[in-house]
Amino acid sequence: MQSSTGILRAAGVIPAVVAALFSMAVHSGSAVTPGSRAAGMEACVAPTAEIRRYHMDYLKHDRIKVVRDGVRGVKYSLAECVDCHAEQDGNGGYHPVNGDGQFCNKCHEYLAVSLTCFQCHSKKPEQKRSAASLSGEKNAGQSSLFGLLMKFDEAPALSAEEMAQLHAISRED
Amino acid sequence: MAGKKEQPQDIKRREFIGSTILAAGVATVAPGVLLTVANATSEDEGANSEIRWGMLIDSNKCVDNCTACVDACERENGIDLLRRPQGQGDEMWNAQRPQWIRKVKLRDRQTGEVTNLPMMCQHCEFPPCVDVCPTGASFKRADGIVLVDRHTCIGCRYCMMACPYKARSFVHQNVEQQTIRAPRGKGCVESCNLCIHRIDSGATTTACQDACEKDGHKAILFGDLKNPESELSKALQQKSSRQVRADLELNTGVRYTSL
Amino acid sequence: MKKLHYSELWCSSPRYWGGLAALTFIILLGMAAAFHMEHSGHWVTGMSNQVVWGLPHVFAIFLIVAASGALNVASIGSVFGGPLYKPLGRFSGLLAIGLLAGGLVVLLLDLGRPERLIVAITHYNFKSIFAWNIILYTGFFTIVGIYIWAMIDRKAQKFYQVTGFAAFFWRLALTTGTGSIFGFLVAREAYDAAIMAPMFIIMSFSYGLAFFIITLMSAYWWASRQLGSHRLEKLKNLLGVFVGAVLYFSLVYHLTNLYVTQHHGVERFILLDGGLYTVMFWLGQITIGGIIPLFMLYSPAFSENRFAIAIASLMVLIGGFFQIYVIVIGGQAYPMNLFPGKEVLSSSFYDGVVAAYTPSLAEGMLGLAGVAIAMTLVAVGARMLKVLPESLEDPEEGIA
Ligand code: HEC
Ligand code: HEC
Ligand code: HEC
Repeated sequence: MQSSTGILRAAGVIPAVVAALFSMAVHSGSAVTPGSRAAGMEACVAPTAEIRRYHMDYLKHDRIKVVRDGVRGVKYSLAECVDCHAEQDGNGGYHPVNGDGQFCNKCHEYLAVSLTCFQCHSKKPEQKRSAASLSGEKNAGQSSLFGLLMKFDEAPALSAEEMAQLHAISRED
Repeated sequence: MAGKKEQPQDIKRREFIGSTILAAGVATVAPGVLLTVANATSEDEGANSEIRWGMLIDSNKCVDNCTACVDACERENGIDLLRRPQGQGDEMWNAQRPQWIRKVKLRDRQTGEVTNLPMMCQHCEFPPCVDVCPTGASFKRADGIVLVDRHTCIGCRYCMMACPYKARSFVHQNVEQQTIRAPRGKGCVESCNLCIHRIDSGATTTACQDACEKDGHKAILFGDLKNPESELSKALQQKSSRQVRADLELNTGVRYTSL
Repeated sequence: MKKLHYSELWCSSPRYWGGLAALTFIILLGMAAAFHMEHSGHWVTGMSNQVVWGLPHVFAIFLIVAASGALNVASIGSVFGGPLYKPLGRFSGLLAIGLLAGGLVVLLLDLGRPERLIVAITHYNFKSIFAWNIILYTGFFTIVGIYIWAMIDRKAQKFYQVTGFAAFFWRLALTTGTGSIFGFLVAREAYDAAIMAPMFIIMSFSYGLAFFIITLMSAYWWASRQLGSHRLEKLKNLLGVFVGAVLYFSLVYHLTNLYVTQHHGVERFILLDGGLYTVMFWLGQITIGGIIPLFMLYSPAFSENRFAIAIASLMVLIGGFFQIYVIVIGGQAYPMNLFPGKEVLSSSFYDGVVAAYTPSLAEGMLGLAGVAIAMTLVAVGARMLKVLPESLEDPEEGIA
């Protein structure tokens, strides 16, 4: 599976590929990527169905706590999502969590909810800064392009089918 | 109550350059405040209004051509990860890249005395940037730190127009690399936040202070202005200090001696 | 007096369509420029951390200021009861809306994060003049919209007086608000003057009327309709008064600034040794925007010459543009004096030196697109609504 994801990524950004990935995720019942810390764990920071449905609200709530009130160590920290959910690239580094086929992108690509968060937030867990990591990701330009077109604070509402589908995923496991 | 410190009659008094700043408010701070700032915050307590973070900079100790504080700040806050956009000239890069702290060298027009000092956000008690921000993204935390909530900043730059210290920077480019502790992205305004991530996690120094101390200059002292026992308060009681542009009555949190 | 007939600007003249095509082209260029700026980031502009507001803001402020002035003609018609102006009221309202919309589009597209518009609408800091301005602008659209409706629809005529007054006062508030954006920036010497707000009001009268005259003349030319000389002369004389007033206010502004010792530096900069800004002030603002148009408007040699009126109005606009440029950019280029009594020997952040600003092509294109949007809205609006009288022939027995 690890290698098939790699091949698929190489195949490009075509939506069909992403759809395939998504259906794969549906098939395996989880969007969690194999090479990530989360893959070896039992549970997310909240019950799976709940985090699926409400992670956006939790993140927004907690970022206010962090930025406005100075409360650190919140339960829903974006840095920690990245920490658990970023997939290792096999060379001691990580794939950006919002990259093609990567965790945060799996549902979002499908839902066409673009994440502006990673224009600012690190897409990878903290690691030693190396020259190699400075080369930039191919995704950065793309995500910022979407950032221009997407409203920031308002996620497009899910259609009934999409929501049903998402719920179906959560019922599967 | 500690809130007395915010009263206007206090401001007038502060006009006097070199007056001891802390007296009134601090005297009324609950005696429960611990002796060391170290224990004043903890991870999940959040910003505390019984604290006011501030700084004292001794420009006598600030050395010409030394940029230890600037370098440390850029490393700490991921500014050094920014790459100059292709095709941008040196001058423009310097004018457009974020600078949270900068070194300024001055000469007195009368006496010819030369002074070096670092300039950064002065963390005003009455910050003009906060007043003008249309969305409220610019705000002052309970503990006196002035910063931008970059989730609601729309990039209008009115705060930069209003800031008397030119302390703010706008991110003019796409950012590919960030550190976890200092997110940063195109189109928002940012400025020195007194190493908020460190302070919130219980640290008692900022990166610039550490760097200055490591180089043996000790020109920067960070601490709690409201705690009379803090090293900062004691230093302020002993030496005469002043605020930059004291005439604007902003009651800055960053003070300078020998300026 | 003959009954006035309003009708849509229903003309198929190539002048109309050609004009519209040209405007659309300019708008498209501007949108491409905005996309470029937002996509790459503002580093592709001349703006920096020293000069944070650039050419787009000059255009935007210019248009917004002119918008409130463009409504003047309608106000004279309804608030002050000038019968010669009354038939022009509808068009004046339309122009005001168009100009404001054009200005706001530029302002919006220059934001660092225009996609967060929704944040700007849902998060208000009521201490901020900027936030107040957002409310003032929205209110302006609403009130002027109702006002136009009250002028056009017979059934709504009972609102005519009320909305007329409301629009009048709202507009004064709006310009005061725009002027105050600068007035409140105490830190910058150039802006620290109470006269800023009234000066903006008088500037708005002048630019707004100049815009009005130009668009009115072109609309009637496009549609081959009649425009009476007498009416035009009235407008022309009024413009003369406003241009004179702007000159006067500029004089007072600089004199009062000279009175305040701390402001000598910035005055010297604008008036004497500011290089480009000094040239813009004397040549652009004072000569092109003031003295020459005054001469053209009042000299008997040009009194019957429509071309001269159009040129004079255009010069008022160009001069006004320079005036705002000097205020906005010149005011930022002049260094803030952080350390009185000291000179800055070195700083990596340009402390104590005049900041450089060279506008990029993209900024100019975005700004021009704002003007084009305003003009397009007016051209399309006049085609869809009954805002222009079929004929503006002078009333038979002359002066009213
Ligand atoms: C401690 C590691 C850890 C952290 C931190 C963490 N997650 Fe998870 N997450 C997991 C694991 C493990 C699963 C798989 C749970 C399962 O299989 O039921 C998961 C599942 C999820 C799912 C459901 C995926 C699916 O297949 O439907 C979502 C959505 C999710 N996480 C989002 C987040 C977000 C958002 C954050 C940050 C607030 C976060 N996670 C932080 C470990 C983590
Ligand atoms: C313009 C830049 C920017 C964007 C875009 C952005 N953030 Fe942030 N975010 C920040 C900054 C700066 C902080 C403060 C970090 C600190 O003080 O440690 C922060 C902090 C946070 C935190 C608390 C710290 C942490 O890692 O848990 C959360 C949660 C968060 N942001 C969520 C989001 C989410 C969700 C999005 C997308 C909807 C987002 N942010 C988009 C700049 C940004
Ligand atoms: C199981 C599928 C799934 C996964 C995996 C997932 N999300 Fe989501 N995300 C959603 C759904 C569904 C929405 C809601 C869209 C809506 O409300 O219309 C959403 C919305 C969001 C929003 C709000 C979007 C906005 O612009 O307001 C944020 C922020 C967010 N997700 C962050 C993340 C992050 C960060 C990750 C990776 C750690 C992640 N999501 C992974 C399904 C997912």
